Amino acid sequence: MGIFTNRGFQPKRPANPKLPPGQYETTDFPVLSAGPTPRINLANWEFRLEGLVEAPVKWSWEEFNKLPMQDFNPDIHCVTKWSKFDTHWRGVSVDTLLEHVQLKPEAQFVTQFCYGGYTTNLPLADLRDGKAFVGLFYDGQPLAPEHGGPARLVVPHLYFWKSAKWVQGLRFTAQDEPGFWERGGYSMYGDPWKEQRYRDDDDEQASASALRL
Amino acid sequence: MSRVAWQLATVTAIRPETPHVKTFTLSLPQFTPHLAGQHYDLRLTAEGGYQAERSYSIASPPEQAGEIELTVEIIPNGEVSGYLDEGVAVGDQLEVRGPIGGYFVWPGEASAPPLLLVAGGSGVVPLMAMLRHRQRLGVRTPAALLFSVRTPEEVIYRTELEVMAANDPSFTLLLDYTRQAPPGWAGYHRRIDATMLAEVVARFGTARPQAFVCGPTGLVESVANSLLAAGLPPELILTERFGPTGS
Repeated sequence: MGIFTNRGFQPKRPANPKLPPGQYETTDFPVLSAGPTPRINLANWEFRLEGLVEAPVKWSWEEFNKLPMQDFNPDIHCVTKWSKFDTHWRGVSVDTLLEHVQLKPEAQFVTQFCYGGYTTNLPLADLRDGKAFVGLFYDGQPLAPEHGGPARLVVPHLYFWKSAKWVQGLRFTAQDEPGFWERGGYSMYGDPWKEQRYRDDDDEQASASALRL
Repeated sequence: MSRVAWQLATVTAIRPETPHVKTFTLSLPQFTPHLAGQHYDLRLTAEGGYQAERSYSIASPPEQAGEIELTVEIIPNGEVSGYLDEGVAVGDQLEVRGPIGGYFVWPGEASAPPLLLVAGGSGVVPLMAMLRHRQRLGVRTPAALLFSVRTPEEVIYRTELEVMAANDPSFTLLLDYTRQAPPGWAGYHRRIDATMLAEVVARFGTARPQAFVCGPTGLVESVANSLLAAGLPPELILTERFGPTGS
């Protein structure tokens, strides 16, 4: 296919090189979640690094807020087709978190786990070198619960379901273990620029790695 | 061939549902029976290669083999819905792929718990697929649809829902008009609130229904929170949020 065109269909928007294929720009901040927004008591909140580490670590809310924070202004891309440019976050880089833990050499992948039971998976390399952060503030305000507050992982170079709301920690694994949407047929990797929305869109290497599970 | 490859469907019928909602029946060369609640992606391509994609819930039940019905809200200045509204006629072809989504679905086992469906506006579409599937299966465990609209003319599928409720005592249709109700209306006439939802949950007695909530973000947030407050456990509350945002 590919040569098919819809007679009379004209773009309503100018082409924008910041927009991955199949996406459109929104200025709102739509909400997508599979169930109710979990109510999280900050007194009990914790963030953990666990799995293939020499010694797991965890932070309370108070401790986590004392970690060095930075501003981040990424474009974000949701698999439901909206993209939002130049969002304003403040939070803790995953690189900063990783300074507190010694990873085992076989740690290659990560499962983000969350209050409410959500999980999502990605390669460890996609969280390092400034590529990901735990966002605590959005537009200068504490992150709203429906957007994942009190804390949300943000991995802007992948579709936004790879940025877990209500994140509780990171589990380091040797294999790429499919998370919540991934078990339902969504992409193991989710690169918006390759339009990897569904498992069938994954490149052969990623699919092969999924089949080994 | 890929399970969700793009295919060229043919439009076989276009039916207006309300002034701003139309249902498109698409005949599919490769029909895969879907789960009630799943969606299809639809892609438009302009001369020169520009493409725009949107997701649309399937309104038809899986028993309606060989074709799907997509019910589309026509968004003002909507790039895709605007073209579907004005540029597409019966006999035209459209590129789609699906079915997609495995979470906000009702498989329809006879052992399934009662169904509590809550819709705002065009959020009723995936819930209608569930009700149509339930009807085709002959499932008679209790089901209720609380359907919130602003005005009487915005009730998508009105006739079919009313006939379904009249013919099936196990199905309860609860319309809620938030702005303008029909003359003599004795039903709900306010935004969905915790009191209303507690009343609807109480209709199921001691049984705990499986809730599906679909509509604009604000409605879904508030309904999901109220259902929790009414005593439903979070795992029995499934949500899908959408609206005219940015379309």
